[in-house]
Amino acid sequence: MFRDVALVAGKDLRIEWRSRVGINQIGPFAVLVLVLFAFALDPDRGVLAKATPGLYWIAVLLCGLLAIQRAFAVEVADGATDALRLSGIEPAALFLGKTLAVAAQLLVLAALLLVGVAVLYSATLGGWPLLMATVVSASVGIAGAGTLYGVLAAGLRVRETLLPLLLLPVLAPVLIGATRAFEAALAGTPADGWPWFGWLAVFAVIYLVAGAALFGPLLEEA
Amino acid sequence: MTAPATSDAELAPAPAAGADGGPRGTGSTATRALGAVVLAGAAALAGLGLFGTPEDVVQGALVRLLYIHPQAATTAYIGCFLTTVGSGVYLWRRSVWWDLVALASAEIGALFTALALITGSLWGRPAWGTYWVWDARLTSTAMLMLLLLGYLALRKLPGDTDVRARQAAVLGLLLLPNVILVRQSVVWWRTLHQLPTLDVTGTNISGLQLFTMMLGFAVFAVLFVWLLMHRFRVAWLERQRDEVLVDEAIRARVAEGSGR
Repeated sequence: MFRDVALVAGKDLRIEWRSRVGINQIGPFAVLVLVLFAFALDPDRGVLAKATPGLYWIAVLLCGLLAIQRAFAVEVADGATDALRLSGIEPAALFLGKTLAVAAQLLVLAALLLVGVAVLYSATLGGWPLLMATVVSASVGIAGAGTLYGVLAAGLRVRETLLPLLLLPVLAPVLIGATRAFEAALAGTPADGWPWFGWLAVFAVIYLVAGAALFGPLLEEA
Repeated sequence: MTAPATSDAELAPAPAAGADGGPRGTGSTATRALGAVVLAGAAALAGLGLFGTPEDVVQGALVRLLYIHPQAATTAYIGCFLTTVGSGVYLWRRSVWWDLVALASAEIGALFTALALITGSLWGRPAWGTYWVWDARLTSTAMLMLLLLGYLALRKLPGDTDVRARQAAVLGLLLLPNVILVRQSVVWWRTLHQLPTLDVTGTNISGLQLFTMMLGFAVFAVLFVWLLMHRFRVAWLERQRDEVLVDEAIRARVAEGSGR
């Protein structure tokens, strides 16, 4: 089981590494989103500094959406899903493997965006334990829910437009929790943020369990 | 599609054959009786709500929204609950009947959610001075609406019936958990910042007003069942058309072509 998970995650990450789509497109897009926020909210008025945690997580969600769509665009092309099903790997292991790969990409994106807000929004990062715990738990939650809804939309001709509509309302709890935790960390009051970390962890566990259970029937259609 | 079990046909249309042999509508004796109850109940509710009951000391005529707004919201959540139950049973037993129940209740649930949001903002404008506040209850109802719209968007897509039903069932099964997750996070988020907005139930009501409110719940419940039965039957007939009638038409064309 764990070997299969690692196998699937390794395969996806290798594809991403070799295609360089993440580095050449999604990364620059993340920076672009940060710049666009600055254009919209004039950096000199102080709104940007106050809104940094929220803007940060919106940027993570938007870029994460692209990574999730990539993860399944790769499978749908050339009927690779049929090959996956023929490989004899359990659907639960497939789900966890793909989730792990997406989560790893989200962690890289999150790190890039952290540097981005530190440089572009002059955010003073602090409360590192909470900051790291939030990034990890939120990434796993987004990746879990994203992989489940991603495979659901994967086989559809309208997947690019349907996935955001299905997934973003579901990720609203992650956006709320992660933003509050970040606010607490940046404000130097991490005690207020730890309950939100617990909430993010609960969300991640729920979606890992639900995804592992429901991935099988969905994979048949993708 | 699996052949519908006989129990599946309970809510299916009564075969009142039209000229071409197909059913003429989705009405039956039971739904006509229910419809009559809904109409009579709605008339009574309107009469009592608009004229029979007195104005509230504090809220004035606004209190009259109390006879339809909580009812719409409750019915919306019942529809959402039924969608999750129907989806779960479909995934478990692969029963077409429950798949269509999930579809019908999601659609009607979306209708009542919209009603609750509209009546709520109409109440909010004079009472709070604004159509919208980021109150936990309002926000989570709006999120319910968006989740339902996503579910219905998936159901509207053309494609293989079985495939679509299974995808929709997964979405539907997650609907209620998602609503709970969203609601819980919004509640914590708002209570950390501000006190919950004023409580409608704090209004002191009794006697005729309380009766009218309860009548409203009953009327909305019967209305929900009535709409559900009709919507279910429409969905059932659509399924029949897709699965059976197309097969027949193909057979007829093939027979024509081979000159038999």
